[in-house]
Amino acid sequence: MNSLDQGAVNPGRPEAIKAVPVRHPGRWAGAVVVAVLAAMLLHALITNAQFHWDVVGKYLFDSSILHGLGVTLELTALSMLIGVAGGTLLAIMRLSTNPVLSGTAWFYIWVFRGTPILVQLLFWNFLGALWTKLSIGIPFGPSFWSEPTNQVIPLFMAALLGLGLNEAAYMAEIVRGGIQSVSPGQTEAAHALGMSQSSTMRRIVLPQAMRVIIPPTGNETISMLKTTSLVSAISLEELLRAGQNIYSRTFETIPLLVTVSIWYLLLTSILTVVQYYIERHYARGANRILPPTPLQRLAGLFRGRPKPAAGPDVVPGLEGGGHQ
Amino acid sequence: MSDLTKTPAGRTTPMVKAEAVHKSFGAVEVLKGITLEVNQGEVFVLVGPSGSGKSTFLRCINHLEKINAGRLSVDGDLVGYRQKGDRLYELKDREVALKRRDIGMVFQHFNLFPHMTALENIIEAPVQVKGESRSAAKERGMALLERVGLAEKAGNYPSQLSGGQQQRVAIARALAMQPKLMLFDEPTSALDPELVGEVLDVMRGLAEEGMTMIVVTHEMGFAREVGDALVFMDGGVVVESGSPREVLGNPQHERTRAFLSKVL
Repeated sequence: MNSLDQGAVNPGRPEAIKAVPVRHPGRWAGAVVVAVLAAMLLHALITNAQFHWDVVGKYLFDSSILHGLGVTLELTALSMLIGVAGGTLLAIMRLSTNPVLSGTAWFYIWVFRGTPILVQLLFWNFLGALWTKLSIGIPFGPSFWSEPTNQVIPLFMAALLGLGLNEAAYMAEIVRGGIQSVSPGQTEAAHALGMSQSSTMRRIVLPQAMRVIIPPTGNETISMLKTTSLVSAISLEELLRAGQNIYSRTFETIPLLVTVSIWYLLLTSILTVVQYYIERHYARGANRILPPTPLQRLAGLFRGRPKPAAGPDVVPGLEGGGHQ
Repeated sequence: MSDLTKTPAGRTTPMVKAEAVHKSFGAVEVLKGITLEVNQGEVFVLVGPSGSGKSTFLRCINHLEKINAGRLSVDGDLVGYRQKGDRLYELKDREVALKRRDIGMVFQHFNLFPHMTALENIIEAPVQVKGESRSAAKERGMALLERVGLAEKAGNYPSQLSGGQQQRVAIARALAMQPKLMLFDEPTSALDPELVGEVLDVMRGLAEEGMTMIVVTHEMGFAREVGDALVFMDGGVVVESGSPREVLGNPQHERTRAFLSKVL
């Protein structure tokens, strides 16, 4: 429409439409049902004495619970580190033109994704039964160094290997998907500029793949935080085991499970927020305007209508993050 | 140009020399014996219908594609191989990368790095490949942006630029490596008609400064005005070549005439 048209239309501009909005009785009915159910649940939580909220409060900051929490965090961080590093390596191997490398990566992923993680944890724990000694030396030749397996792989290490190596198999597929999502034109442009294979991967492909890799990696980290509880099966005293140790003495089973759950919930909530900010960082260049931070969103709510502060240019699929 | 290398015969080495270059993708032969020479400082235009092999030939020059037969050399050096006696040795990735530093390439779809700003796109290769200091690279990068008329867009990401602006940044990025040869693969084909001119202007400026350029294009006006030599390709062979004025004005071959009647 050009200015001439507008000039012609403006004087006779019709009144803005005022109509009776459509009523949604179904929404109201649904909301009432949900509210009643929520009230019932809350009532049950408060009135059922078996929850023993005083006991929950007593153990929430108990030193052995906090110690278990520390172990859980350490396990999560370290096994994700192994998972991400191993997964990236496996993904690059899998995409390699060398059939031995890609075959090895394929086999690794097949084995570690194909068996339950609990079984893998038990395997690492009982490795000493399989090989009583571990040594370093010339393959099929003499060895320079040798130690009993159980000494080289203490409990924590067994847990770490079990969780980390399993995670690497999953991360490999995530990283591979990310790498393959980057257009081949990017690699060509980098090669045409004289960049080497490795710096093309490091500087051009991986940073772009990150946008695809980060969201599922966040999910994996959150999932890992909870998966570490499986380690209680090999008697490593992480968060769940710490709780179990207490209730096996005091029989306050439910309160301690609640205590432990509160910590898990709190940690996953924190991780969700962290993930959101990391995603926002890697959205650079993909979105014309970065999506608002949760704080900005909150501020927007108080300013009046909760309209999307980011404007029309935001790519909806990349906005996510708060959906855990 | 005074520092051009001379062959024993006293003539300058051609920048690109192709002798019976063949290239197949699987069973499909895309290049069926391309022979041509591009001289230093020349603007060499490749035209032809899509699928004629022009882009493939261009990509062979910086070894993005490997040729199957024939000889292809840039500035006297074989592309992708080293010759010792009558034996050819494949170059290592690192050696290929070293050769590519001197050959700039501009793509149809720009292929800017979307996670970097315009300036970061330009300084990436000088810093990573040549080990130039960031500050020196930035200074040169700003000068290049100035030259393509985009100094004020230095901090913008590619998604915030129009197609024409992106392609000008892409040209600046290629120039940042101070190449001796520039390859243009249909640089204006993905642009709105309105934006074609600004990219052609930058290319015209480059040609005036004596840059050796090989340009695959459908812009016949540009070819006629700026081109020093023109080749019409079809079906993987060179059908006709000569000065742009001759070939475009008075095509000798039926196939060339048919093509030009549709394009002009």
